[in-house]
Amino acid sequence: MADTRALKLSGLEPLVITPESNFINVGERTNVAGSKRFLRLIKEEKFDEALDVARDQVEGGAQIIDVNMDDGLIDGKEAMVRFLNLIVSEPDIARVPIMIDSSKWEIIEAGLQVVQGKCVVNSISLKEGKEEFVHHAKLIKRYGAAVIVMAFDEVGQADTLERRKEIAKRSYDILVNEVKFAPEDIIFDLNIFPVATGMEEHRRNALDFIEATRWVKKNLPHCSVSGGVSNVSFSFRGNDPVREAINSAFLYHAIKAGMNMGIVNPTMLEVYDDIPKDLLEHVEDVLLDRRDDATERLLEFAETVVGTAKESKVDLSWRQEPLQDRITRALVKGIDQYIVEDVEEARQQATKPLEVIEGNLMTGMNVVGDLFGSGKMFLPQVVKSARVMKKAVAYLTPFIEASKDENAKPAGKILMATVKGDVHDIGKNIVSVVLACNNYKIVDLGVMVPPEKIINKAKEEQVDIIGLSGLITPSLDEMVFLAKEMERQNFNVPLLIGGATTSKAHTAVKIDPMYSHSVVHVNDASRAVTVVGDLLQDSTSDGYKKAIKLDYESFRDKFLSRSRQKEYLTLEEARQNKLRIEWNPPDIKVPEQLGIQIMEDVDLKLLVDFIDWTPFFRSWDLHGKYPAILKDEVVGNQATELFKDAQELLQKVLDEKLLKAKAIFGLFPANQIDDDDIEVTDGAKRYIFRTLRQQLKKRDGVPNIALADFIAPKETGIQDHIGCFCVSAGFGTQELATAFEKKHDDYNSIMIKALADRFAEALAEYLHKEVRTKFWGYASAETLDNNALIDEKYQGIRPAPGYPACPDHLEKLTIWEVLGVEEKIGVKLTDSLAMWPAASVSGYYFAHPQAKYFGLGKIEQDQVKDFAERKNIKLEEAQKWLAPNIVD
Amino acid sequence: MEKIEDILKKRILVLDGAMGTMLQRYKFKEADFRGERFKDWPTDLQGNNDLLSLTQPQAIADVHRAYLEAGADILETNTFSGTTIAMADYGMEELVYELNYESARIAKQVAEEFTKKDPSKPRFVAGSIGPTNKTASMSPDVNDPGFRAVSFDELRKAYKQQVEALLDGGADILLVETIFDTLNAKAALFAIEEVKDERNIEVPVMVSGTITDASGRTLSGQTAEAFLISISHIPILSVGFNCALGAKQLVPHLEVISAKSGFATSAHPNAGLPNAFGEYDETPEQMAAQIKEYVEKGLVNIVGGCCGTTPEHIRAIADLVKEYTPRKLETTYEKTI
Repeated sequence: MADTRALKLSGLEPLVITPESNFINVGERTNVAGSKRFLRLIKEEKFDEALDVARDQVEGGAQIIDVNMDDGLIDGKEAMVRFLNLIVSEPDIARVPIMIDSSKWEIIEAGLQVVQGKCVVNSISLKEGKEEFVHHAKLIKRYGAAVIVMAFDEVGQADTLERRKEIAKRSYDILVNEVKFAPEDIIFDLNIFPVATGMEEHRRNALDFIEATRWVKKNLPHCSVSGGVSNVSFSFRGNDPVREAINSAFLYHAIKAGMNMGIVNPTMLEVYDDIPKDLLEHVEDVLLDRRDDATERLLEFAETVVGTAKESKVDLSWRQEPLQDRITRALVKGIDQYIVEDVEEARQQATKPLEVIEGNLMTGMNVVGDLFGSGKMFLPQVVKSARVMKKAVAYLTPFIEASKDENAKPAGKILMATVKGDVHDIGKNIVSVVLACNNYKIVDLGVMVPPEKIINKAKEEQVDIIGLSGLITPSLDEMVFLAKEMERQNFNVPLLIGGATTSKAHTAVKIDPMYSHSVVHVNDASRAVTVVGDLLQDSTSDGYKKAIKLDYESFRDKFLSRSRQKEYLTLEEARQNKLRIEWNPPDIKVPEQLGIQIMEDVDLKLLVDFIDWTPFFRSWDLHGKYPAILKDEVVGNQATELFKDAQELLQKVLDEKLLKAKAIFGLFPANQIDDDDIEVTDGAKRYIFRTLRQQLKKRDGVPNIALADFIAPKETGIQDHIGCFCVSAGFGTQELATAFEKKHDDYNSIMIKALADRFAEALAEYLHKEVRTKFWGYASAETLDNNALIDEKYQGIRPAPGYPACPDHLEKLTIWEVLGVEEKIGVKLTDSLAMWPAASVSGYYFAHPQAKYFGLGKIEQDQVKDFAERKNIKLEEAQKWLAPNIVD
Repeated sequence: MEKIEDILKKRILVLDGAMGTMLQRYKFKEADFRGERFKDWPTDLQGNNDLLSLTQPQAIADVHRAYLEAGADILETNTFSGTTIAMADYGMEELVYELNYESARIAKQVAEEFTKKDPSKPRFVAGSIGPTNKTASMSPDVNDPGFRAVSFDELRKAYKQQVEALLDGGADILLVETIFDTLNAKAALFAIEEVKDERNIEVPVMVSGTITDASGRTLSGQTAEAFLISISHIPILSVGFNCALGAKQLVPHLEVISAKSGFATSAHPNAGLPNAFGEYDETPEQMAAQIKEYVEKGLVNIVGGCCGTTPEHIRAIADLVKEYTPRKLETTYEKTI
């Protein structure tokens, strides 16, 4: 166990002072009584510069900083509280403990109430009597601070060895025995008085201090001894080399006697060993009172000493580094002193002032973000970085304003809110500030904001982005709810998600699917600016939005598929949790025309209106929704060009009937059997479709679906139906493609394949519509345009083997068998169960209103085994075909 | 009843688990939170878990009972937000005394029921004193770092009221927990000392900080050791950490506290880190396996659970720690004076 009797202090970090510790150096320049400059800064309320004084001391090695605001012309209590509150917000200062220095108790107490760490009170004494001494000591103990006790009593200040011993002993006994003050939290200031004053009674000033120190350390266990060192050399002010020598020599002896901390100006110290021997001898004669004429001798000798006072300086070598490094350092360290000059330099190099923000400053903030993310910076430091950022931006703003007439447009308006039920707003405020620094207008709705207020304000203010924040877990659901509301109310502005419990995974899996426009998880303030910039700047907006949507989609897929084992149900459990549709007769429609139908030669012209062009562009790596993509700022021209070429070839195909489209489909009586299978009858023939069931563990009330759930179970006694189909528009494609290739026209070779694919999909769409409205006839009154069809607004579904709901390609074999696809329309299945011609689509028809598209997700080995048994194939074969869907 | 200070020397004590997680299972709606008494209250009350001590006292008692059945030695009162400062969100400042008093009373009643059944295992009630929702040493306004939303004196007064009500209601221990800003905790400790002085009583005090993230610091920026130093000025029963992290992530910080403190040590971590959906999914077995490291290394004297933990977790922990001896205690004054 650690030495529990050490003097332990704390700022943000601990300071443990043991007998083995080196001398503890207390910074003394944040003292209005000792520093004229500091006094002026406080009087003029230049607190920024006053903070720099404190920072310089800490960087210069002060392990504690003494703060004193005792001056007749300032409100000491207010100045103390204000300055300490500011210090606490500066992590590189606040890491060290604070010494609250005042002769007025009310200032000391006010200081104690604003510092979280264990401070030192400087000081109390018996000067006003025992009662007050005890009262203050009790409160100091209760506030949790250590204390400096001055060697002072009702009679006066101790100026001899005996008086020092007497007062120290009495103070110690009262504190330890009556107040129960921890002895290690007592620090004696035994009064350092000047030497070589010429007065006889001052001859022993240094020696008595040193001897008193030795006595206290020996007789009053665990306490410390401190003092204001430079006082000892007061008589030699103006002669720095001699002062430095006196200070150093005095410290050398006092430390040996047990003085373990003190207020020292490090620039006023010479290294003891570096003091010239002759000077040292004269100095020590005085300090240790070794000769009667010591003072005169030193005064004489001092005349001859012309030394070079050495300066201890704050390390400013970083100022020599390249511009970006300086800016980054200023942001990381939260140093705002040079940021304006650095930003000005950057501005002169940049073509537009905004580039300084987006380039230099954001580069720095990204470093901040990374350090924060990896735990190497913590929140208060990040807040400081934000402030430096703000200062830099404030400087740049007039330049940005001035250059606005050119390309710059208003940066945008951003709504920020902590969601309903959550009161945490620190992160949100940081993001708001950082964004405001970047010239965005912030509409901050505060905390616990109900969704309707967010929605209404967003409309009223016509914001460009909505940012939601939350720290507690229920906030996650609020965010999902808000995304749904935004979707329902046809919002299109991007939604930013942030806060401690939010994650990219939650955003991608739960929020993003609820909202068709952009949803971005922004996990720290420094990234917010880049994200918002990418979302709102015309040049990047569309591309970024698309990229982020795709990114979240693939992240979602990956996330769901790598989910851990325990999140899966056994097949048995999953079956227990199947979708249980209430089978109402009106929902079950007997097809108008049962059995198999063939369309030998579908008129391609009929299909043109059914083409979904968006995937066509995607096949050329142009991402965006048709027809908006034609006007897209980035890919618009290319898309338009491509579309024109496609139309030309399309016309040619139509005119010359270059492609041939065929279709086959059948509608049959069917029932769900054994939970996961569908029994199909066609006259006397009986087939079974095997479907796969979701096994991912769902939330309460969400079923684990298999396609079979959409067909009435046999035991209900209800006769249900199913359809299956195969269409192809690929007949002739290969020949045309080969012909183009021969002419080295790869472009049209790809084009014809892409068009054939579109025709096949269009035919599937067309045929599905015909089936719904005529052949099966369950939706005879349907009036949906092509966009509604693309959005799958119709009743019923047509899932295709190999796609998310039924990733198992093997079932194509069953469809081929049921319909006789190959014999009747000539579409073949390859060994890997791909369709040939390639521009073909096959699948099932489910008609029930509750039938919906879904993704199977991952399944467990138990289902693979069961599936193999049901299909009567080898387990290895089942494993091979289902591999991408089996849990790792 | 045997004093907790003495029991602590003999065995590892078990603190209960999450109240909020258990209350979520009841799926209480706005109307349940309001009950008859607050049906016309002007603000939304759903989520004000402390209020359930008045409107659903049976549920609170049942949760306490479940934890004692699982083997907990110490119950935490349902008073995490029981200060005028935290209750201001609901406009319920006037109810603070009653909320704390009733919560302590309910817990005490259940604890006594169990102590009576088995006097060899006395059960204690720790009055839970949360951090409030304001920070005394950080500014909520980044533009004005010198600003403070709450003062030490405001906190001290609010905590004092809570402390008095908890003690009046029967709390045996006071637990200052989930400390994200040490200055808030110091105000609570100051208030506790005042009450002790005024009533001339001794009350065991447990202090539990929260390390919020990977930086290994409290929200207000202190390291574990700096935090320990900052709250060691009054005689406390135990010091430790809770919330924010799972049992595993707490280990390095507990090691610091255990090595540097003469007080008993405590830990009540979350059931792991929340998954992407904000759910705590560490199972009782997984959590107990992590806690095993604590007891094998002799890091703790008191152990329990925070967010996401259930009676099953506490049972697993209680079963585990039975087999181990507690961390050795040396108190400062015994050692030297």
